[in-house]
Amino acid sequence: MKREITLKINGEEYTSTVEPRTLLVHFIREHAMLTGTHIGCDTSSCGACTILIDGKSAKSCTILAIQAVGKEITTVEGLALADGPHPLQEGFKENHGLHCGFCTPGMMMRAVELLEKNPNPTEEDIRWGISGNLCRCTGYNNIVKAIKYAGAKMRGDELPSTEPEFVE
Amino acid sequence: MIQCKTSKEIGGMGHSVKRKEDDRFVHGTGKYIDDFTLPGMLFMDIIRSPYAYAKITNIDKEAAMAIDGVVAVITGKDLEQYNLHWMPTLMSDMQMVLPTDTVMHQGQEVAAVIAKSREAARDAREAIMVEYETMKPVIDPFKALDDDAPLLRPDKEGQKNNQAWHWEVGDKEATEKVFNEAEVVVKEQMHIPRIHVASIETCGCVANYNKIDNHLTMYMTTQAPHAIRTVFALVAGHVGLTEEKIRVISPDIGGGFGGKVPVFPGYVIAIAASFLIGKPVKWIEDRSDNLTNSFARDYHITAEMAGTKDGKILATRMKVLADHGYTDAAANPSKFPTGMFSIGTGSYDYPTAFMEADAIYTNKPPGGVAYRCSFRVTEAVHAIERITDRYALEIGKDPAELRMQNFIKKEQFPYKSPTGWEYDSGDYHAGLELAMKTVDYQKLREEQKELRKQGKLMGIGLSTFTEIVGAGPSKDFDILGIKMFDSAEIRVHPTGKAIARFGTKSQGQGHETTYGQIIAEELGIPSKDIIVEEGDTDTAPYGLGTYASRSTPTAGAAAAIAARKLRDKAKKIAAYLLEVSEDDLEWETGKFFVKGAPEKSKTIQEIVFASYTNHPQGMEAGFEATHYYDPPNLTFPSGAYICVVDIDPETFDIKVRRFVAIDDAGNIINPMVAQGQVHGGLTQGLAPAMYEEIIYDEEGNAINGTLMDYLVPTAVESPNWETGHTVTPSPHHPIGAKGIGESPTVGAPPAIANAIVDALKPYGVTHMDIPITPYKIFKKLKDMGVLDKPITE
Repeated sequence: MKREITLKINGEEYTSTVEPRTLLVHFIREHAMLTGTHIGCDTSSCGACTILIDGKSAKSCTILAIQAVGKEITTVEGLALADGPHPLQEGFKENHGLHCGFCTPGMMMRAVELLEKNPNPTEEDIRWGISGNLCRCTGYNNIVKAIKYAGAKMRGDELPSTEPEFVE
Repeated sequence: MIQCKTSKEIGGMGHSVKRKEDDRFVHGTGKYIDDFTLPGMLFMDIIRSPYAYAKITNIDKEAAMAIDGVVAVITGKDLEQYNLHWMPTLMSDMQMVLPTDTVMHQGQEVAAVIAKSREAARDAREAIMVEYETMKPVIDPFKALDDDAPLLRPDKEGQKNNQAWHWEVGDKEATEKVFNEAEVVVKEQMHIPRIHVASIETCGCVANYNKIDNHLTMYMTTQAPHAIRTVFALVAGHVGLTEEKIRVISPDIGGGFGGKVPVFPGYVIAIAASFLIGKPVKWIEDRSDNLTNSFARDYHITAEMAGTKDGKILATRMKVLADHGYTDAAANPSKFPTGMFSIGTGSYDYPTAFMEADAIYTNKPPGGVAYRCSFRVTEAVHAIERITDRYALEIGKDPAELRMQNFIKKEQFPYKSPTGWEYDSGDYHAGLELAMKTVDYQKLREEQKELRKQGKLMGIGLSTFTEIVGAGPSKDFDILGIKMFDSAEIRVHPTGKAIARFGTKSQGQGHETTYGQIIAEELGIPSKDIIVEEGDTDTAPYGLGTYASRSTPTAGAAAAIAARKLRDKAKKIAAYLLEVSEDDLEWETGKFFVKGAPEKSKTIQEIVFASYTNHPQGMEAGFEATHYYDPPNLTFPSGAYICVVDIDPETFDIKVRRFVAIDDAGNIINPMVAQGQVHGGLTQGLAPAMYEEIIYDEEGNAINGTLMDYLVPTAVESPNWETGHTVTPSPHHPIGAKGIGESPTVGAPPAIANAIVDALKPYGVTHMDIPITPYKIFKKLKDMGVLDKPITE
């Protein structure tokens, strides 16, 4: 039943013997031991397992590991740039876009594709764009802010303020 | 505006210091429970009951045991041999670990499989044959006390019916008298739905029992590691697992919100399995198991208010029917079976109230735990804020005006409430004024008038609530007898950098940053130089954990006082180093200097170094302090929230146009983190107001037990929250803080419900139960026979 497969994750090859039913998320977490990709549900609803497959965001619980053979997989561990954090990583930290951090990797991986397709998204674009990813802690305000910040940084625009805004 | 006493470099209180914990989280190197893999680790899966109430007639393990990789199948009968098949709940009720003969709710644990892989465990779970004899379940709590209802808990001595307990507070007769004589009495029946915290990480553990050392290391998702260690010792002490042999490690937690306070059967089975097999055993809960094995709220409340025709509140009366499922597995302080429900007299000044509650057993999952709220405060606040609006509607008074008229005034604090609390401080008028100014309340009311003329549905809802958090003073507050203090230990190293450990446990609140800021404020050591550690019972001082917004009120206070002890020591050392008397020294953040000669000074770092290298003879070396803080009173955060909704008159789709939240949590440690807590709490307030409820059919089937049909709000449902604050420091708290994490979850639902009911005023609607959905509005209007009524005023 089991067979050996090799998957390319963050530029590195991982070879392991798996059952055909092994989900990609389980391969990433339990075979490649990259535990930054999380599991939050059994129904592909939460998005905590979101990764990139050939640059497109995907919920890695909806794909079998064997289906990902020959593809370029990117997880949160492969997000940082050679010279420092990815603008999204910076944006989430600077804007308090995370609390417990459990949804964060999936949220950022989803935002990578969102910003690639739409480099200067409106608030509404962002809200709809991340609507497949659940966050239970932040109330989303600062996730929107974090993604806007990352977009500005990637476009080379002036960075928006990261100070919290209060009504007075 | 928040004032800072320290420089940005020191990063004390009031600075929006970026969070230290974030680097590991954004790089995917946080370590959550499912990220632990130990050598030889086995996997546990749990077989659960498809029925709400049934006798187990047979469990056939054979087919499961035949599966390659399956090591054991554990049933209640197996645990019975060790007397581990039942365990006490935190409310001193009893809960089955695994049943020996009867299942009490759908989804209850029936047996556990232990296997070498997750896949084998799952296959074996499917292969186990369990035979049941079903019985008619008790689902409706209102019928649980009927004569023909089966006795669900014959195990409890002297139990004659399905009532778990009765509770009451206040003056029943005096309240009755006020109601009998009042000009106006309003009454509504409300249901606060059964919901689940649904943290994105479910519960789980790795139990690692070492036979050689007779020692258990329990990695688990718990908000209260020390208390849980004590519970384990109480449950398993008789088989040799005494408390010194148990180490609980609570790693990074993917959201808690109260859902990770109780001891769930899964933890205990994993420990038993590891104990019996001698290998580490991992259990990670499925999402649907998570959603259907515990719950929050489920209070049926009859709320009444008595007052004068011109709007003076005279008394309130509340009667609660609490559906606890088959056992009371809540996590309230021992003496408070309804938690802090008695805060339900609200932010208003009147002398008379009476409240009572009856807890009922049904064939539903046990719980009654929090959902980001301090022990039933949400239920109480919803009832008082809804009935206050109902009263305003009855007498034709604007709900904001009515609130302003009845608020406890600033100068009345400390204020003794009719149910016995002493509210520590507040300025309710200032909060509501700021909220009204922000939304331009009068203009909104004028717009509403205009829109109603055009047949449009727009509503404005208020909620002006008082919370009660920071449990609590040891004379009244304990969990299983353990007093609800909390602790901090600060060790400053010779080079002036520090590690601080706490009895609490962050699940996203940012303790690694904010506790450091408290110490920085007190000692002048930059907060970036302070490592904060929690969640390991072998190293952290004993504490009761993080829930009920208690971390800042208790452990935060402990941090400040421990730091002050160190400052006292620092003064002695500085006097010695500068060769002056202590009375000649003055403190300025980060250094002591000689009065009148500021050039003669010693920095905290120099003083700390001296404490290891050149301390005065006779003085204890080193620079460490520990404090166990027992709060003199609870803290009483408050808030004024205004919600504006637009409802489509044809589809009844509800859109939150605006939501302004003004909170008063006293002094703020980190405005960015505090605001983040408010944002998140507001979305968790929106959730039960409009989306979330776990629904059971007549047979006790949970009909929406997955995240596909249990509707956690996404970024699309969640509006852009507007927040602000007034600052009324707590007079008894060392740093004047009150706690913030839960106020928004408590305050938001009635603001939203009040806005929706206000929008439906032209139809004559006086109340709607949450979650309020378009279908519920349609049905309500249809049942009232007003669906086709023109809505123009």
